[in-house]
Amino acid sequence: MTPVPMLHVLLLAAILFALGLVGVLVRRNLIVMLMSVEIMFNAAGLVFIAGGSRWGQPDGQVMFLLILTLAAAEIGVGLGLVLQIYRQFKTLDADALDGMRG
Amino acid sequence: MELVLFYLSAAVAVTSTVLVVIQLNTVHALLYLIVSLLASGFIFYLLGAYFAAVLEVIIYAGAIMVLFLFVVMMLNLGQKTIDREKAWLTPGSWRGPALLAALLLAELIYTLAHTAGVNLGQAVSARSVGIALFGPYLLTVEAASILLMAGLVGAYHLARPLQDKEEP
Repeated sequence: MTPVPMLHVLLLAAILFALGLVGVLVRRNLIVMLMSVEIMFNAAGLVFIAGGSRWGQPDGQVMFLLILTLAAAEIGVGLGLVLQIYRQFKTLDADALDGMRG
Repeated sequence: MELVLFYLSAAVAVTSTVLVVIQLNTVHALLYLIVSLLASGFIFYLLGAYFAAVLEVIIYAGAIMVLFLFVVMMLNLGQKTIDREKAWLTPGSWRGPALLAALLLAELIYTLAHTAGVNLGQAVSARSVGIALFGPYLLTVEAASILLMAGLVGAYHLARPLQDKEEP
């Protein structure tokens, strides 16, 4: 297999995670915020894969599988909430949701 | 040669992720996110995690992103939304969070720079992953299936049209 330096993989994961964090903090569109959360999940998965590849153990890929499951469940519920918010407020602006009762 | 492939796909992943964050049109951002996930899948392949690479393409870039695409198309956001996004994304609003995140990234890189320089690239076959999943991780797999079930029921419950408002 390719001998890839571990440091560079970890750096790539750190950069992707920081970009996802910026996306969550900066954007106000709810769908783009959910997508940024996906980017952060993916960066975490990349670190698990790197760990599994470093020691040649299957545990890294098992953890990636669990992250995948978590992302799928989270996105299902999150998009359901986004649909409901859009029906009620007619906007995807996260700042529109500052009232307590609709 | 394969190292060049790794850096190339890493550059593709970072570039398309930056475009996801700064893209105003939601559908374009989604397509860039798919490119980013495909690049990560290729990196998984290069690291020897073949099973995870296939799952990344089929489930992440395939199923989850198609779910996103359906919702974006259902909401039918037009030019009006793009104009409003442009009004929201002023330099004053993104400078602070971007600076703080860059600071965190710098700390992370500083910490990582002191790790020992080891090379990755031990292939892990899908067979050993399957044996691990149905051996020591059996209970975890069951918990994941319960989580998926709860997500399914929750998504159905949340996304269904509201009844006419009635006071309890």
